[in-house]
Amino acid sequence: MAEAAFSVSFAGPLVTFQDAGRPGNMRYGVAASGPMDRLAFEAAHAALGNAPGLTAVEVSLGGLVLQCTKGAVTVAITGGDFVVQHGGQKTGSWTILTIRKGERLSISAGKAGSWAYLAFAGKPDTADWLGSHATHSTSGFGGGVLQTGQAITLSEALVRDDRVGDILQPSFVARGPIRVVTGPQDQYFAEGSVARFVGGAFKVTDAYDRMGMRLSGPALELDGALSIPSEPIVRGSVQVSGDGIPTVLLADHQTTGGYPKIATVISCDTDRLAQFRAGQPLRFASVSGHQAIADVRLYLTEKAEYLEEISVARGTLDQRLMRENLIHGCIYD
Amino acid sequence: MEPQFKAIADHALLVTFADEISEEAHAQVVALDMAIAADSPTGVIETVPALVNLLVSFDPVKTDHLKVEGHVRACLDGLEKQDVKGVQRTVQVCYDASFAPDLEAVAAATGLSTEAVINAHLAGDFQVLMYGFAPGYAYLAGVPKQIQVPRKQKPLRDVPAGSVIIAGQQCLITTLTMPTGWSIIGRSPTSIFTGDPDHPFLFDVGDRVVFERISRAAFEDQNQGRDHG
Repeated sequence: MAEAAFSVSFAGPLVTFQDAGRPGNMRYGVAASGPMDRLAFEAAHAALGNAPGLTAVEVSLGGLVLQCTKGAVTVAITGGDFVVQHGGQKTGSWTILTIRKGERLSISAGKAGSWAYLAFAGKPDTADWLGSHATHSTSGFGGGVLQTGQAITLSEALVRDDRVGDILQPSFVARGPIRVVTGPQDQYFAEGSVARFVGGAFKVTDAYDRMGMRLSGPALELDGALSIPSEPIVRGSVQVSGDGIPTVLLADHQTTGGYPKIATVISCDTDRLAQFRAGQPLRFASVSGHQAIADVRLYLTEKAEYLEEISVARGTLDQRLMRENLIHGCIYD
Repeated sequence: MEPQFKAIADHALLVTFADEISEEAHAQVVALDMAIAADSPTGVIETVPALVNLLVSFDPVKTDHLKVEGHVRACLDGLEKQDVKGVQRTVQVCYDASFAPDLEAVAAATGLSTEAVINAHLAGDFQVLMYGFAPGYAYLAGVPKQIQVPRKQKPLRDVPAGSVIIAGQQCLITTLTMPTGWSIIGRSPTSIFTGDPDHPFLFDVGDRVVFERISRAAFEDQNQGRDHG
């Protein structure tokens, strides 16, 4: 099988290898990790015709520049609204292109979004830990944090010209407030705190990494000075420190902690929350556990349909020209 | 108190046995954890034992909070009052001064000699309460009263993996180079990461732990043989 290789000309902080993650180890202090925006990650693989969950690169706002040093491979770039530069062309994320030896690919922060995904039609050679290549950023375990100067080698690298072009962006994702189920430690908060959290105007601060996102907004008072036993934490837990400031725990969260949790973001809203940037305003809305399950089931059905839709190859260039010309109703002889 | 059930978003149920830490509550957490492991209902992905509660995480497509709660209640009905008998694990520790920057301070704070602090630590009856903070960070309860010290005012940075640290009644063997405000009293060549894919972590919650003193030379021998993966 063909090989391809890249050298990392530049990697900003927190650019990591991620696969679908390593669920099942929280009891040992290990969060599942995996992509901050799972939908964008899955879309990149689907659009390339890859098996789901292959290792990809998660690009932070710091950006990534790669130089292809061997072979050729088709890649998909999804997530947020990043700037992609390749071969003199400047496009946005949500695109598929083929990069060949000697060419350069740059992914940098654009108008919106905090995380982009670079998936390959091939398998990057990365370290695994507990059966997964996902990087746990605080320990560096797993595939690892990309460093300027390092090499990336791919096996089974394919050129998939039938997939090159724009990727349809998801339109089914809810907008509006981030949905939470309140609790489980809401009893530790002063009266009115839960209402202030659910109704209040918050902003993302720049204290934001793969572990969590600290917010600013109305203070959420605790009911006195409390020593609370350490309790389990999940992706989406909103913990409140003694100064009344909430932090949403994300992909590389601690698995237990003693700060009381006022609410938990439902699983279909953590991806879009992760794409928020420092300074961006946000609000929360409370739903029941029952409603959360109904919302997530609907989301997962729509997500499956979307991934199915974008996984269909667009065809060869000739086929595409023909089809797209026919659709547009004008054929040039 | 009766066990309490709380919905965590769309994908987990938190079962709480008490508001405050107690041996009894923790024993219930461990017993329920084992009962669910032995008879795992449809859709349950994993359980996370903590000090007074157990998180039961599930796939919201396959089940829901009420179904999982029903299963947990059935498990609780079948639980007998009994001590959880965890497996006993041995952890080697070298208390050499170069590995134990806080040993003298602990001795000074408790009015003991450093040898007496070491002997008290070795005599401790430790139990794994839970994991947290970082991968493989297992909180062990059981530091004897006479050597219990509070957290330090200032954390120390870049504390090497394998450090044996204490604060209050808890003891921990670190797995990463990290800052800590706990007192560092020794270093262990025994890795919490076993490298065995079927049993990747040395302890299960509920296990008993005894510390075994080794010399600096034995530490170096052990550490060389250690799989750095």
